[in-house]
Amino acid sequence: MAHLVQQVLNAVQLGSVYALIALGYTMVYGILRLINFAHGDIFMAGAYFGLFAAGFLQSRIQAPSWVTLALTMVASMIATSGLAVLIERVAYKPLRNAPRVSLVITALGTGLFLENFTLATMGAEPRKMPEIVRVSNLDLGGVTVSTVQLLIILVSLLLMIVLDTIVRKTMTGMAMRAISFDKAVTQLMGVPLDRIISLTFAIGSSVAAAGGILYGLAYPVIDPYMGIRIGWWAFIAAVVGGIGNVRGAMVGAYILGFVEIFTPLILPSFTYRDFVAFSLLLLFLVFKPTGILGRPTAQKV
Amino acid sequence: MRRLVLLAAVVCVALSATACAPRIQEIKIGCNAELTGSIPVVGQSCRNAASMAVDEINKAGGLEVGGRKYTISLLVEDNEDKAESAAAVAQKLINQNQVLAIVGPNASRNAIPAASICESAKVPMISPWSTNPKTTDGKKYVFRACFIDDFQGVVTAKFALNNLQAKTAAVLYDVGSEYNKGIAEVFKKTFEASGGKVVAFETYTTGDKDFSSQLTRIKDAAPDVLFLPNYYSEVPLQVQQAHRLGYKGKILGSDSWGSPEIIKLGGADMEGHYFSTHYAPDIATPAAQSFIKAYKEKYNGVPDDVAALTYDSFMLLFQAIKAAGKPDRQAVRDALAGVTRFEGVTGVLEFKGTGDPVKSAVILQIKDGNFKYFETAKP
Repeated sequence: MAHLVQQVLNAVQLGSVYALIALGYTMVYGILRLINFAHGDIFMAGAYFGLFAAGFLQSRIQAPSWVTLALTMVASMIATSGLAVLIERVAYKPLRNAPRVSLVITALGTGLFLENFTLATMGAEPRKMPEIVRVSNLDLGGVTVSTVQLLIILVSLLLMIVLDTIVRKTMTGMAMRAISFDKAVTQLMGVPLDRIISLTFAIGSSVAAAGGILYGLAYPVIDPYMGIRIGWWAFIAAVVGGIGNVRGAMVGAYILGFVEIFTPLILPSFTYRDFVAFSLLLLFLVFKPTGILGRPTAQKV
Repeated sequence: MRRLVLLAAVVCVALSATACAPRIQEIKIGCNAELTGSIPVVGQSCRNAASMAVDEINKAGGLEVGGRKYTISLLVEDNEDKAESAAAVAQKLINQNQVLAIVGPNASRNAIPAASICESAKVPMISPWSTNPKTTDGKKYVFRACFIDDFQGVVTAKFALNNLQAKTAAVLYDVGSEYNKGIAEVFKKTFEASGGKVVAFETYTTGDKDFSSQLTRIKDAAPDVLFLPNYYSEVPLQVQQAHRLGYKGKILGSDSWGSPEIIKLGGADMEGHYFSTHYAPDIATPAAQSFIKAYKEKYNGVPDDVAALTYDSFMLLFQAIKAAGKPDRQAVRDALAGVTRFEGVTGVLEFKGTGDPVKSAVILQIKDGNFKYFETAKP
C-alpha cells in the first residue's frame, strides 16, 4: 500500500511539471492553431534564466529561501516571456497568413536554434541548479515525501488555478477565447489581435519558465537538451487532454505522469514507457483527435 | 640552345623535388572525442591530454621514425556523443584527412561503431576509455588503454560483498547504452555467483531525469548496496532522488563516475560513496606525478581518468609508430599488436595477444568533496 501511495506521489509530481508546459502548447494552439514545437526549449530557457537569477540572488542578498525562490521565479518568468514574445514577433508574426505547415516548420527551426544557441553560449556541460530550498524528508508511515515534491505540487496547482481564472474570468481571457473561436470576427469587434497573441505567448511561456525552475529543483542538472523529451511528453499531454483546452491540458498532463510512473510497474521493462505514451498519442489522433475535453469543431468551407 | 633550356628545366624540377621531400614529414593522428552531448567533460579531458601529448613530442623536435624526424599533427573532431556521429567522424578522419591512426572515441556506445569503421578501413584505433568488450572483440586493428567491463564488474561485485559486507544489491542502469548494460550484467552474475542476491535490477534510457518509479521499487526491496554504473551527468540525479525517496544504504559506482563534475553536480549527496576506476591521482607513480604536474600547469585542474588514459593511448601509439619504423597503417597495427608491456600513467599495461590490456583497478571513495584512494584490485 505504502508503495502504491509513493508511486502515486511520484506520478503527481511529474504530472504537475508536465501540466505547466502543456498549458503553453494548448494556449498557443487555441489562438493560432500552431503547435509551437519550440515550447520545450522555451522551458529549457526558463530553467537557465532561473539558474542565473538564483545564483545572482544568492550571492547578493541574504533573504529567506522562500523570498529567493519567489524572486527567482518572477525574474525567470519575465525574462522567458520576453523571449517568447520576441520569438513570436520575429519568427511567427510574418507568417501569420502563410500556410500552417510553414509555421510548424518555423517552430521546429526556432526550437533547434534555441538549443544550439544555448549550447554555443552556455557550453555543453550540464549545470547545477543552486539549492534554493533546503530539502528535507517527511516520513509518513512508510511513504517518504520530500519538501521539494510538496512545493512542486502546490506551486503548480496554484499557477494552474491562476491561469484558469485568467482565461475564464478576465477580459483578456475572454478575448483569447474569442480569437480562438473566430479570429476574423473578433478583430472586427475591436479586439487588439497582436496584443492578445503576444500576451498568450507571454503567459504560456512564463508558466513554462515556472515549470523549468520547479523541474530544476527536483532534477538539479540543467543542460541545453533538457527540453526535448519533456516537450514531447507535454505535447502528448496537450493532445490527449484536448489541444486548445486549458483544463484538458492539465488532465492530460496528469495522465502522462501516471503513464510514465506506472508503465514499468505493469509492463516488464521500463523501455516500454515511450512506446505507451506515443501509442496513446496515435490512438487519440486516430479515434478522438479532439482529446478528452476538447469539443469537435466544424470545418468551415 | 633549346636543349640546354630543357635540361636546365629538368634539373630544376629534380632539384626542387629533392628539396621538397624532407619537408613532407608530418604524421596525422585523429582524435574522435565527445566534445558536446551528454558527457562533454570526457571529450574535453581527452582533447586536453591529446594536445598535451602531441605538444610534448613536437617540442622535443618531433617523433623519430626510421631515422627521420616527423612532426605530429593532431586533428580533434567532435562526435557529439552519438553513435552515428562517432562513425561519421572516424570515416572523415580516415578518408578525408588520411590520418595514420585514431585515438578515441571514449564512451563504448560511440567506440563500438567507430571501431567497426576502423577495422574495415584497416586503420589502427586506440580507445582510451571504452571498457565494453565489444569494442575490440574479434577486431585486429582496435586496441584500448583501459581494462574491460568483465573485470570491472567482477571488481565492483567483490568489493560490495567483501568490503561493504553486502548480502543484497540493487542495480539501476541505462539499458540504451552498451557500457552501462554490459557492466550491470557482469556485476549481477558475479554478485549472485558469489552468494549475494540481486533484489532489484532496474533500467532507464539515456537522457532520463526522473527515476522515481524505479528508485521507489529499489527502496522497497531494501538492498544493502545500490550499484549505479552510469555516467557522471546522470548519477547525481539518481543519488539525490534515491535520498529524497528515503534510501539510506550504500551506493557504489564504476569508472564512468571519474569526472570531478560528479561532485559539483551532486554535492553533499555524493559524500561517502565508492567507485572503481583506472588510476588514483593521490597514489601516482613518479612518471604519473610529472604528468599530473604538467597537466595542472596547463589546464588548471587535476587530470581525470580519461585524461590519463588518453595520454597513455598517445604514448602507446608513439611507441608503436617508432617500432614500426615507418608511418604506415599496417606496420603501426603490427607494432601495436607486438607490444606486450607498457608502463603508463595509469600503471602497467600487459597485452596478451588481444587489444585489451590486463591491468589493475583502484577503488576510490568520495570524501570531503574529493576523490580519495581506497584500495587497489589486482587482475
